[in-house]
Amino acid sequence: MGRLDGKVAFITGVARGQGRSHAIRLAQEGADIIGVDICEPVPTNNIPPATEADMAETVRLVEALDRRIIATKADVRDYDAVKAAVDEGVAELGRLDIVAANAGIAGTPNPAENLSEEDWTTMIDINLSGVWRSIKAAIPHLKAAGRGSIIITSSTAGLNAYQNLAHYVSAKHGVVGLMRTLALELAPDMIRVNSVHPTSVDTDMIQNETIYGLFAPDLEPEERTREAVGERFATLNALPVPWVEAVDISNAVLFLASDEARYITGVALPVDAGQTTK
Amino acid sequence: MAGQLEGKVAFITGAARGQGRSHAIRLAQEGADIIAVDICKQIDTVGYQMSTPEDLAETVSQVEALDRRIHAVEADVRDRAALQAAFDAGVAELGPVDIVLANAGIAPLSLNPVPEEWQDVLDVNLTGVYNTVEVAKPSMIEGGRGGAIVITSSTAGLNGIGGNTPGGLGYTAAKHGVVGLMRSYANQLAEHSIRVNTVHPTGVDTPMVVNDVMQEFLEADPQMGQAMANALPVPMIDAVDISNAILYLVSDAGRYVTGVTLPVDAGFTNKK
Repeated sequence: MGRLDGKVAFITGVARGQGRSHAIRLAQEGADIIGVDICEPVPTNNIPPATEADMAETVRLVEALDRRIIATKADVRDYDAVKAAVDEGVAELGRLDIVAANAGIAGTPNPAENLSEEDWTTMIDINLSGVWRSIKAAIPHLKAAGRGSIIITSSTAGLNAYQNLAHYVSAKHGVVGLMRTLALELAPDMIRVNSVHPTSVDTDMIQNETIYGLFAPDLEPEERTREAVGERFATLNALPVPWVEAVDISNAVLFLASDEARYITGVALPVDAGQTTK
Repeated sequence: MAGQLEGKVAFITGAARGQGRSHAIRLAQEGADIIAVDICKQIDTVGYQMSTPEDLAETVSQVEALDRRIHAVEADVRDRAALQAAFDAGVAELGPVDIVLANAGIAPLSLNPVPEEWQDVLDVNLTGVYNTVEVAKPSMIEGGRGGAIVITSSTAGLNGIGGNTPGGLGYTAAKHGVVGLMRSYANQLAEHSIRVNTVHPTGVDTPMVVNDVMQEFLEADPQMGQAMANALPVPMIDAVDISNAILYLVSDAGRYVTGVTLPVDAGFTNKK
């Protein structure tokens, strides 16, 4: 028996990385999935974009678990598109219980004085406003279900400051305010709202030349190996690990989504190998 | 399906009843063996009935009914030597400890407060937690297998609540104090892959909260009762809700969670 039997979860940024991992982990526990992803390049974001092939792979992996998934190509900057995807998913799957607002970009690292207008507004539009739009589209369905759990993916950058990431840090702090307010507004409806705060996670968002350059500017590009850069990442954490796996975030999301956390709301939960307390 | 804690041993203080018993049962359900300690005696400044040897025996029988082993000892967390002896005897019987739950605590709240409440609640709720971690720490480090420690704090470990009596102030001070302990231990023990976190329950339906003295205390100050209301529409939560949070923190699902204060408080703290 799964811990989420009979539940339906809406996940943004579902094509790969943490979003795909959440879809698989929640499906393993019995949930059906409504997923969206932009599956397209985003200006200012320096890593190869998720593709429709990535999304198709997520669909295949969920269906291999004998769960249903309704996956739609949609951009969290477009409320109407997100709402249509959620509404159609609920029409197909019957209900909505869980929201994992996961979609996000890392953008281009730069000191704040060098960030462009586009760097800033694109970041806020996706990592902050996109979370609000995704949840806004889902709330009526959660209320109809009579209870629910919303999990927002923030970051250690939602609790701490990091140089060269003013736009990212601001957006990830912003969703904490959104989480706290939603937790109050939705408590009477037994809808819980929490955020998770990962340290570096071993996905494409950190394993790329841009982030490697940020962590090892003193090394020649060819010296910036996974191992060499991993040592730099490890210095951020208290536990002796460079990064955590996507499934570690999924397990936190699963806990918060399940009845085991039925009275946890308004909480910012670090999954950060001790980075914040260090 | 294999339990999440197969082959693990957990050391739990305050295990005779209430949250401690619930933790013992929940962890045993997932495959853990248990070293259980409890004072099983009254402390003079505590107005409600504290645990008894019969309570501890009931925890033993409930864990054994799950086909898990349990080594139970009557010991006071204020007495380092007695606590160390209980821990060592438990390890000798069940094997090395992977999980420590510093759960034992008192709430000396009363309408007729006495000055001694302050020292008693600090001794049990703060120094007792320190003693609990200290007796377990050397063998966990030496074992080299990592581990997980969870300290039971309170919403009073994050907020200035609890009233104005020596016992109430001491309770809040002690519950804040264990957060500092947790953070220091988390940093010191990280290199050994031993994780340390706190849980912060709102009111839990246990004998420490549901008793005539607490009732009298809350009724005497309706404003305080109101200030204790949760965001979610529930007056109290159940011991198993804290046990489930602890299970997440000590299991592999929480393998990279350390240094965290985790409220299990129906939105109480966020509402302040």
